[in-house]
Amino acid sequence: MGGSPPTPGEEREELAKFLDHVRASVAKERESLIPALQEAQRRFGYLPAEAMLAIGEHLGIPDMDVYSVVTFYNQFRLNPPGRHSIRVCMGTACHVKGGQIILDAWKRRLGIDRRQTTPDREYDLDTVACVGCCTMAPVTVVDGEVQGKMSPTRVDGILLSHQIQKGKEAREEA
Amino acid sequence: MSPNVSEAFARIRDTALARWRQTFESPNPVILVGTATCGRAAGAIETAAAFRQALTEAGRTDIPIIEVGCMGHCYAEPLVIITKPASGYPPIAYGYVTPEIARILTRDYVLGEDPSLEFILGALDTNEMIPSLKDLPRFAIETPVLLERCGFIDPENIEHAIARDAYAALVRALEMDPPAVIAEIGRAGLRGRGGAGFPTAQKWEICRKAPGEPKYFICNADEGDPGAFMDRSILESDPHSVIEGMIIGAYAVGARYGYIYVRAEYPLAVERVKKALTQSRALGLIGEHILGSDFSFDIKVFEGSGAFVCGEETALIASIEGRPGLPKHRPPFPAHRGLFGKPTVINNVKTLAFVPRIIAQGAPWFTGIAKGNTTGTAVFALAGKIVNTGLTEVPMGTTLREIIFEIGNGIPKGKAFKAVQIGGPSGGCLPETELDRPVDFESLREAGAMMGSGGMVVLDEDDCMVDVARYFLEFTQGESCGKCTPCRLGTKQMLEILTDITRGEAKMEDLNTLADLAEDIRSASLCNLGKTAPNPVLTTLRYFRGEYEAHIKEKRCPAKKCYHLMAYYILPEKCERSCEACVGTCTVEAIYVGKKRVKVIDQSKCVKCGTCLEACPPQYNAIVKISPLSELPEALPPLEEK
Repeated sequence: MGGSPPTPGEEREELAKFLDHVRASVAKERESLIPALQEAQRRFGYLPAEAMLAIGEHLGIPDMDVYSVVTFYNQFRLNPPGRHSIRVCMGTACHVKGGQIILDAWKRRLGIDRRQTTPDREYDLDTVACVGCCTMAPVTVVDGEVQGKMSPTRVDGILLSHQIQKGKEAREEA
Repeated sequence: MSPNVSEAFARIRDTALARWRQTFESPNPVILVGTATCGRAAGAIETAAAFRQALTEAGRTDIPIIEVGCMGHCYAEPLVIITKPASGYPPIAYGYVTPEIARILTRDYVLGEDPSLEFILGALDTNEMIPSLKDLPRFAIETPVLLERCGFIDPENIEHAIARDAYAALVRALEMDPPAVIAEIGRAGLRGRGGAGFPTAQKWEICRKAPGEPKYFICNADEGDPGAFMDRSILESDPHSVIEGMIIGAYAVGARYGYIYVRAEYPLAVERVKKALTQSRALGLIGEHILGSDFSFDIKVFEGSGAFVCGEETALIASIEGRPGLPKHRPPFPAHRGLFGKPTVINNVKTLAFVPRIIAQGAPWFTGIAKGNTTGTAVFALAGKIVNTGLTEVPMGTTLREIIFEIGNGIPKGKAFKAVQIGGPSGGCLPETELDRPVDFESLREAGAMMGSGGMVVLDEDDCMVDVARYFLEFTQGESCGKCTPCRLGTKQMLEILTDITRGEAKMEDLNTLADLAEDIRSASLCNLGKTAPNPVLTTLRYFRGEYEAHIKEKRCPAKKCYHLMAYYILPEKCERSCEACVGTCTVEAIYVGKKRVKVIDQSKCVKCGTCLEACPPQYNAIVKISPLSELPEALPPLEEK
């Protein structure tokens, strides 16, 4: 998380590796479908079409059934992720403490809706039902880390810290 | 059963106990840092790192820093316990331990002599020197059974759990006949803690007698209710209690394979459960011939992928089988035909964690804990507008008032209590008048709510009940799997009506349509997601009808919460002219300086985030919320610079 998005070449290579892994070590049972999809998502941050097709072929499951499983569960993503992942918690405790306001603030600043990625692939935004940190509400999970007691100004603060970090990296490279 | 079982276990236990004593009964200090997800969110990892660094600098890397789970006092995270027998003090719990405080504690107490009373939350045992956590009023009510070890052991070290009695009940169970185990659970009156309260022994008995091999035993840790986090906390803090309960259950019903179905949204719980399983396998507590007996049972972890409906047992089974999580008609119940068509038991995390305790301490102990007809304890997750957020475990039959006001310490900022939401999207909102209700399965159902998984979200005067009902409907509507029509279309219609109400666009007759729809969905839906989905609406209609009417008739949101019916306004007479705190913090630059330098909100730009209200210094307190919008005074024109 937080690394640069892979180049198309890197992604192809990783995909080839993953397909070998599937053919070599995934048991040919219907039961393996969801764990295999989860593994693909862990590696790529989303489900590339090639990965879904290959898993289906290996397990002998029609493409349509694979797709119906993928679209049924909230966890699976069909879009490539951004460099930073933003997950706004919409649980009850977060809702009563202003979760919608936090989601609105992220949407406003990033210019995207939930389940979308910014055109520069820096950020992707989504909501989660509840991350179980209700005592820290409202909560946003930024790059896998739970940020508690969020406010619109903290949204700005987090974005600023990413910008500073990026500027630093750019200077180091130059 | 082979007599080697207790001998085999005695060896494991002796090693574990010896190492536990070496750590905790030596004169050296031990530092426990709570690093469950809630602790981590509050910065516990940084706190642990600060202790580590301070000790390294002092050359005392021999002092152990142990990462433990969650004690339940989430409001005071990061939480640290320091044990230092040489000091003469009992173990002391410290709250809100930032890295800075960690360095001070290391210097003054761990390495020095001063227990730094300014940071303490309380001592763990009663003593004459420092106030104890046991002197808090909540301690008189709380009865930790499931949470007993949580926060005091390293969840990633099986020896800690064993030293604190884990797996002793398994040995005992393996020496009993399977029907005797079921009978003991039956005598204890254990009922499913997933929410429905079905008698556990009965479920086990049906599965034991059902034909078909192999049988499966599943732990339902798909804690999808927003607002509930006790299952996560137990899995992160004491996973072995759940694993032990599963093995005993599997032995009782004759199951060969087990699954722990955990939400993928709980990555730390998944990781800790996997580690715990590896460790119990290494000690021969799961796998082939458990502890040298004839009984074999193995457990896999299955990660759920974010579908609330998978908490329903037939949907959960479909999900493990690699299909979309669509529920099926019951009967056949899973105990007859479940996973892969074989007899299957599905129990909730808490239900299973009770099992070893009942086997170890006996049914009479368990029935003796509760005050009412339901036996045992209940774990609640306190969140929302409550001072002491966190987990609490109380005897069944404790009143809501005791839980919210004695344990939770009431509502913060001196606001008034309005309602408590119990049981998540399947539950309901109960008002002040219902607070003296003792908590158990029946009494909550009578009030229109539900035990659910035990999430308790407290609402205060600033929360709009229509908005809360709409929130839950939006949730269940989004999570409806779409298989049956009443749930798929009915919840959608209800949601649309509720949305109209919160926008001030509804008519009075809509309330009747809402109630009718609720009744239809309740009686005609296939599974409990649909059957219980109308509960939040029905309870708010029953107890807070006035609020619905205010939205419809006056276009007014009494709590000033509904986005379309309220606005922020700066009172000109209160605004301090030289202060521009609100102008600077407004996230959308909607505040301008008007005539006489009074600040004015441009309503066309305002996104109603409330940042200005927080920013306005309390001595001016010039920003207010106004509802209905018709009462909003006309805005002053901008100041013309000369």
